[in-house]
Order: sequence, then structure tokens, then C-alpha cells
Amino acid sequence: MPKKVSKYVPYLLIAPALIYLAVLIGYPAIEGIKLVFYKDGGFSFATIHRAVNNYYFWPALKNTLKLVVVILPTQLVLALVFALAMNKVFKGRNVALTLLLIPMTLSDIAAGLIWYSMLSPSGFINKLLLTSGLIQTPIQLFGYQFHTREFLTLVFVELWRSTVTIFVIVLAGLQMISQEYIEAAEVFGAGYWTRLRHILIPLLKPSIQTALLLRTIYAFSIFGIVMVLVGRDIPVLAGEAYYQVTQIKDYGVGAFYALLIAVMSLTIGVIYLRLTKAEYLEVKR
Amino acid sequence: MNERTMYELRKLGFYTLIFIVVVWMGLPLVVSTLYAFGTPDDYYDPNKVIPLHFTFETVKMLLFTLGGWEALKNSVIVATLAIIISFILGLPAGYSIARFIFPGKDSIKLGMLALKIFPVHIMAVPLVILYIRLHLLDTRLGVALAHSAGALPLVVLITASIFAGTSAELEEAGMVFGLTRFQSFVKITLPLSLPGLAAAAMFTFVGSWNEVFAASVLTFKHRTLPALMLTLMETAPDYYKFAAAFIMAFPAMVYVAVARKYLISMWGIAIK
Repeated sequence: MPKKVSKYVPYLLIAPALIYLAVLIGYPAIEGIKLVFYKDGGFSFATIHRAVNNYYFWPALKNTLKLVVVILPTQLVLALVFALAMNKVFKGRNVALTLLLIPMTLSDIAAGLIWYSMLSPSGFINKLLLTSGLIQTPIQLFGYQFHTREFLTLVFVELWRSTVTIFVIVLAGLQMISQEYIEAAEVFGAGYWTRLRHILIPLLKPSIQTALLLRTIYAFSIFGIVMVLVGRDIPVLAGEAYYQVTQIKDYGVGAFYALLIAVMSLTIGVIYLRLTKAEYLEVKR
Repeated sequence: MNERTMYELRKLGFYTLIFIVVVWMGLPLVVSTLYAFGTPDDYYDPNKVIPLHFTFETVKMLLFTLGGWEALKNSVIVATLAIIISFILGLPAGYSIARFIFPGKDSIKLGMLALKIFPVHIMAVPLVILYIRLHLLDTRLGVALAHSAGALPLVVLITASIFAGTSAELEEAGMVFGLTRFQSFVKITLPLSLPGLAAAAMFTFVGSWNEVFAASVLTFKHRTLPALMLTLMETAPDYYKFAAAFIMAFPAMVYVAVARKYLISMWGIAIK
């Protein structure tokens, strides 16, 4: 093959994908910005004014951030414990692993509905507690008056659904760590906690960061699970964007909420990438 | 306490932990599946923890009266289109990244990674305006286009790593014996990487099957399954919710059962 041709071949092969992404992501992004800032052919804050003064906006922003802050650290610790446990060889490991993987492939809608069957007033857990005599009346978890309970239920179900994503990536990272490091540490008398703190966790850092990055960004657009379990009792940004577009038909306000989620995600993404750049290079080389 | 009891205690603690995790993850799936086929009477009977009478009525009602079957078909069509589009565009890009060294390659890879972490489906809101103009609003193709934009970066990165895993020498040998690069790719590399590509395709399918935000915003009549269920479940009686969950979760469960090994190996985990 002549050299002149092969110089352009890689670009030609990549071009369709890049063009497609530019059209389907780049163009809507620009269109979205226009929706938010332009009105009647000129620059305007009217849409933002309308969006920010919406009764649901500040609660939605607050709830979204609160959910991210509560869910992520908990999830990370849980995923680490799961991964460390599942990294061992034991009887029934394959069955356990398969079960653990299922939530990863479930939609948030399905996950919400599944847990509704567990937690609703006539659900499995209430009936179990009732028939065993531990409680006299069903525990109510859903309803506007139980705001804190609804929030905690949401956290619990989201932990069930998405901890697995971090778990899988961390487990993959764990399996790449050479057993020799750990054996060497054992020879020198390092106990489990010392090994964990000074060997496993530092070596796992790249996997943990990748997983955290993915999860943080998806956590900002949390939507289906909230809609199914608590509706607008606990408004979130993505839910409000959905509501504005489908019910109110105010595309400008909807686009503003969407853009806000995108900007927050990208900011976090950039911060993560900056912080982790050195480690990524180390791992790759 | 001597060492032996310590060891036994630790082992007990370990299995307890695993047991709790497995029950936490697995029990909701079992219980909601049972309730999906339980009768409403059993569900509202406070003394029946587990339903004892089973019926297909609720699932049938959801599928054939409330539009579940149409939505399911829409979901399959959208997900299939998303696979086709993202693979037609993603395969050449992945191949290019795997086989060639060229300036700008790293930036392209990083760009793909950045798009992967960007919530693409949120772009659906401005897409509505674009789709109205292009007459794509409320079409399966419209949703599929949005889904494939979300899947494409991942398809490029995954196919790149799959192609990088097949030997370039075999392909070159084919070229020495008179095949063009394209023929060599089709006859040698493609068959070798088929299992990995199939796993990546299934992952794309599940991603589209589960996605609800873009699907809900971009359609009102031609809804995919999650989008339909989202609107139906606002008003449906409780026992419908479990049937809906079952219909949505069933393919995912089958997928895990069938593709578990690939699913895990995609993340680099070796199962022994």
C-alpha cells in the first residue's frame, strides 16, 4: 500500500463517527444555549429568569446536589467492601457474582418499580414485619409528609442499583494488582489493614477514580428512580427538565435545566481529569 | 480466644457479609417477579407475605391492553437501530485507533472518553427543537439517533481495544497473499473479534433498552418500554408496578445469564 494513501486512511475511518457526534451532540448543545439565551433575535435573560424563579428550581438543585453528596461516598465504601470480599475465592462465588451483576443491567425505572414492591405499604417487607408481629401498622415510606423517609428510601434504592458499577470497575482493578506485592507485605509482617491502606488502596486509585468519575456524572442526571418512587415530592433537575418539556412545553426552561446538569457534570469531569492525569499516564505506560 | 476460633469467627463473618449482600441484591428480584404473577387479592392481603395464587392477567393487561407490546417492539427496534448506527460509525473508528499511529490519536481518544462521561441524553431537550424541524420528533429513528450518539464513544473505545487484542500480523499476512486491507479485515480480523463485538453490541442494546430520559422527551406516541412505563405508572394500581418491572427486567436478567462472562471480561475481570 502506498504511503500517501495510508496517511489519510485513519482520519477517513474516524471522520464519520466524529461528524456524527458533532451533529448529534455539538449541534444540540449550541441549539440549547441559543434556547436559553436568545429571545426574539437578541440576547436575553428572560428564560433564565423564568427558570430560576420557578418554584421547583432551587429545591431541585438542592436535592440533586444532596443526593450526589450522600450517595457517592457511601457507594464507594460499599463497592470497595464488596470488591474486596468478592476478590476472594469461595464456594458459590459465581452465583453471588451473577446476582450482583443484575442490577447493573436494569433500568432505573425497573429498579424503582422492583423496590416499590418491597417497600410499599402492602409490600413484601411491611407484610413480613406485620405477620412476624414486629410492627402493628405498616411503615409508610412514601408520601409528601414523609419527606426525610422518601429521601432515605431514594438513597437506599439508588445504592442498590448503581453501586455495582463502581464494584465492577474496582474488582477489575483489584484483579490486576499483582499478588506479589501483597505477599511481600505479608512477609514483612503487614497486617490486613496496613496492606489495605498502604498497598491495595493506592494501587486501586486509578480504578476508583474512573468509577467515581462515571458515577458522579450520572448521579447529576438522576431521574427515573426519583420519578417512579417519589415523583415530584423530591424534585430533581433532570425531572424538572422532563416536566418542563413534556408538560409545560417550555423548551427554554427545560434546556436551561439540562444545560445546568451538563455544565455541572463537565466541571466535575474536568476537575477529576486534572487531578488524576498523572496516575492515568502511569497506569497506561 | 485461640487462633482456631478466631479463624472460624472470621470465616463466619465473611460468609455473613456475602449472604447479606446477595440477599440485598437478589431478594428484590425474586419477590417482585413473584408479585408480577401474583393476584391483586394476594397482594392486598396483609397475611400473605408471598403470593400463593398466580395469574398472567396483569402482565397480559400491560402488554396487550395498555400498549406494552407496542412499546416493547419500539424498544427492540430503537435498540437495534442504535446498535446498527453506532457500529457502522464506530467500527471503522475503533479499527483506525487500534491499527494506525497518527497525529491527534490521543486527543481523539481523550475526546471520546470525555463524551462518555458527558450525560448525552440531557442533550435530548435541545434535540426536541431540532427534531421538530427535521420531522424526527416522536419517531423511533429519532430516539435511535440520540441513543447511538450516547453509545458511539463507548463503541469506539471498546471496539478499539477488541481489535487491538487480535493480531495485526495475521491481517498483514493476508495482505501479503494478495488480499486488500478491507478483504483482510473482513476475512480475518472480523471473525476473530466477533465474540467481543457481540458482547459490546449487547451492552449497547441494554443501554438503549434502559434509557428513559431521551426516550420520554423525544416521543409521545411511539414510546419505548421505560418511557411508556414511566407515564403509565403514575396512575396504575400498585400490583401493576411489579408486572411492569418484570417485563422490563426480564431481558436484562436473561442478558446477564447469557453474557455474564463477556460482561465481566469487558471490564477486565477473569472468572475462574
